[in-house]
Amino acid sequence: MNPIDILSTYWPRLLDGTLMTIKLTLMGALIAAVVSPGLALIRTQAGPLVQAPLRLYVSFVRGTPILAQLFLIFYGSGQFRPLLQEWGLWGFFRDPFNCALLTFALNSTAYQTEILRGGILGVPSGEIEAAKAIGMTRAKTMQRVIFPHAYRIAWPALGNEVILLMKASALASVVTVFDLMGRTRQVFSKTFDFSVYLWAALIYLCITAIFVIVWRQAEHRLSRHLNPNAWERSKDKSLKATQS
Amino acid sequence: MTQAEIILQAEDIHKSFGSFEVLKGISLEARNHDVISILGSSGSGKSTLLRCLNFLEIPTSGKVSVHGQQIQVKNGKPGNPRQIEGLRTRLGMVFQQFNLWTHRTALENVMEGPIQVKRESRSEARDKAEALLARVGLADRMHMYPTQLSGGQQQRVAIARALAMEPDAILFDEPTSALDPELVGEVLKVMQDLAAEGRTMIVVTHEMGFAREVSSEVIFLHQGRIAEQGPPDEIFTHPRNEVFERFIANTR
Amino acid sequence: MFELFAFGDTGWGDEILRGLAVTVQLAIVTLPLGLALGFVVASASMSKLRALRFMGVGYTTVMRGLPEILTLFVVYNGVGLLLNIVMQKLNPEAPPSDFSPFAAGVIALGMVVGAFAAEVLRGAFQSLDRGQIEAGRAVGMTEGQIFRRIKLPQVWRFALPGLGNLWINMLKDTALVSVIALDDLMRMTKVAVGVTKKPFTFYLAACLLYWAMCVFSEVVLARMERHASRGVRRAS
Repeated sequence: MNPIDILSTYWPRLLDGTLMTIKLTLMGALIAAVVSPGLALIRTQAGPLVQAPLRLYVSFVRGTPILAQLFLIFYGSGQFRPLLQEWGLWGFFRDPFNCALLTFALNSTAYQTEILRGGILGVPSGEIEAAKAIGMTRAKTMQRVIFPHAYRIAWPALGNEVILLMKASALASVVTVFDLMGRTRQVFSKTFDFSVYLWAALIYLCITAIFVIVWRQAEHRLSRHLNPNAWERSKDKSLKATQS
Repeated sequence: MTQAEIILQAEDIHKSFGSFEVLKGISLEARNHDVISILGSSGSGKSTLLRCLNFLEIPTSGKVSVHGQQIQVKNGKPGNPRQIEGLRTRLGMVFQQFNLWTHRTALENVMEGPIQVKRESRSEARDKAEALLARVGLADRMHMYPTQLSGGQQQRVAIARALAMEPDAILFDEPTSALDPELVGEVLKVMQDLAAEGRTMIVVTHEMGFAREVSSEVIFLHQGRIAEQGPPDEIFTHPRNEVFERFIANTR
Repeated sequence: MFELFAFGDTGWGDEILRGLAVTVQLAIVTLPLGLALGFVVASASMSKLRALRFMGVGYTTVMRGLPEILTLFVVYNGVGLLLNIVMQKLNPEAPPSDFSPFAAGVIALGMVVGAFAAEVLRGAFQSLDRGQIEAGRAVGMTEGQIFRRIKLPQVWRFALPGLGNLWINMLKDTALVSVIALDDLMRMTKVAVGVTKKPFTFYLAACLLYWAMCVFSEVVLARMERHASRGVRRAS
């Protein structure tokens, strides 16, 4: 079959896989995004004793292959099957999608926590002092000054992390989740036509490219205070574009 | 002339960094309408003293009271954070490096405190902020971000930000030291106006002209102690302390 | 529990260690190949020729955007297919030959490392101090001398942290080759799991081994970084 035939025959499967890849990535990244700010605060504010387990967790996640983490959770949970059944959790761990999602969320949480921690440490101390000097509480200072800045600083790194997570999500195929990689392997084992891999590569690159564009746009918006003139100009331009 | 009421009082402030004692027991008192200039060579502890007054630096020991509400520190442990936050709302602060929040416009910088800390309504805070920015001569720069403003303009926004809290007294930490020489004047002018209006101000500065002409009292710090203190026309013409005499001779 | 990891016929200690050895071998063989490729791609993307620059930048962009496991399958299946076609042409009677998973692993990981290394090296070359290069010219050094005596030692210093990260990532990525049936640490663990039915115990052990290797690498890299930046004042 020529490459076009492969695509026209199997595009529903590839589309289905693509959606699964996006779903896994976004859900994993979102769960991590909800958990990591709190952990990042602990990493910057709490005493060494409280931090110790967190540092261990981050070091473990960074120091082990995601594939091994995935196997540890997916296959490893089987060793505790009676216990998990008793707790009513077996249904969760039996499902490869859940295990993949849990692995990716745990993994991304560790990375996002460290990225945000860097962002928090990068907030100019003078601006924090200015907030204190007008009598802001710690919580208010976090909310109004520290986090807005920290996210601005961490934004590009967070975007990279989401892309890395998207690439890692291809590992879910190894535990029989039919993401884009899983569908691709399925089609290949049926047709032995190499071009399906090239289509998959193209789709992965497209997802990355679209994500990069969206993320940059958001970054532009987040940092308009650093280069306001350019921001104004681009706003005028888009305004004109919508008017014409 | 009856004495004006005491706004801010600091008693026996000590501050050590490790084994190095920067402030060795300093007391000062600011009455309503006072403008106190704190002078001293670098390392004399003048900025540390100022920062101890609103607890950005926690003194090792001592007592600060603003309008009778006092916070006492023993062994470097201040009272509860609520009390400190309360005290800070009553003392404005203007920093050497301006410390404007770079992610907010000039107007938003000024509105932030009234809305977030004093819980004023948005429209109220906005009216006030606009008026204050107009007063420091920045009516046409309200919607600009700090990166778009010159140092002098940023510092004037910072002054408006301090004023927006309607503080009992304002602390200035070398407000003109980070500015290009040609921009110093515009900031000093605003400060002079505030003094003329009867604001209570405590100013750490290197500007001898300001200390001499605007302030009602000058304090000279040397090695963590007050070496000279008094009305400027008195101590500048008849310095009693040798170090201070040399200090003014060198800076003239 | 420890008897599970005993050596010899009774436990899985020796099998797992053999897997570990394969993992380390794979990583060590891949590193120089990846770095060499990285150098080539980096010089291409800094070239004066537009076509070369386009190819260099295109290569890094594409490779960095693809999941490593996809690259691995592309290499394993693609090169395998190609190999068979060539073999059929040369000797129609030959049985279909299998492409070695080890070679596929080295090529695929090398391609990935090459792309990332190219970015690290390009960044390092671009952060070189132009003044020092001019100073080299001013004392009459040739371009080759400038490259060897001034650029290389400093590029090394700038690139080391990034390359160190790459090494650690590559060490972890070697786990992927277990999917194409190379008997590395991950796969030997899987075999042990299949027999003992103790998945958590064995995968945890594998994780701990990877972790140990990574932490060890970090310690060594930190030392190398300190050594490489001797004579450079740390900004405090």
